[in-house]
Amino acid sequence: MKNPLDSLGQTIVLGLVLTVVVVLLIHAIA
Amino acid sequence: MQEFVAFDWWLFFVRWCHIASGVMWIGHLWYFNFTQTPTMPKIPTELRPGVAKYILPEALFWFRWGAMFTIIFGLILAWMNGYLLSSIKIGIGDGSTHNTTIGIGMWLGTIMWFNVWFIIWPNQKKNIGITPATPDEIKVAARTAGLASRVNTMLSIPMLYCMAGVHFY
Repeated sequence: MKNPLDSLGQTIVLGLVLTVVVVLLIHAIA
Repeated sequence: MQEFVAFDWWLFFVRWCHIASGVMWIGHLWYFNFTQTPTMPKIPTELRPGVAKYILPEALFWFRWGAMFTIIFGLILAWMNGYLLSSIKIGIGDGSTHNTTIGIGMWLGTIMWFNVWFIIWPNQKKNIGITPATPDEIKVAARTAGLASRVNTMLSIPMLYCMAGVHFY
């Protein structure tokens, strides 16, 4: 299976998904 | 009043240095990932040493020291703002969304800084010939450094969200 980080586009999408996770985490903690 | 103004000015000065170092760091990170890496396969083989031997070592210098000064000024800034310890424990128990946000950003930045100094740079030293390595070792080192760089590009997106968006919280 190809590593998604080999694709710049998929890296950016993963970064955006992670951003949503971080926002949810902020609201869960605070 | 004068002391307050002086402290306020130093607070601004450290923030300014933190942002300038951060631009130097993330600017180079995005240059590697958005420009250099995708373009390398399109460059004729005989021209590639121009990038690998001249541009890459110089870019890596500003990249890694940008990372170092970003974290140094960032820690000083958090200490001057009085939220260093609270942000290290991502605001848990403090009821401060601000400190949770900046704390998550700080941890993401710290992981990225670690990647730069302890994964990317040692592997790139093999790639650019500072550390002696066999062709096979160089291949593995380039792959490891490349993946760590991509991880940092991915992490830079939520990290910047936390850093720039903290004032909403």
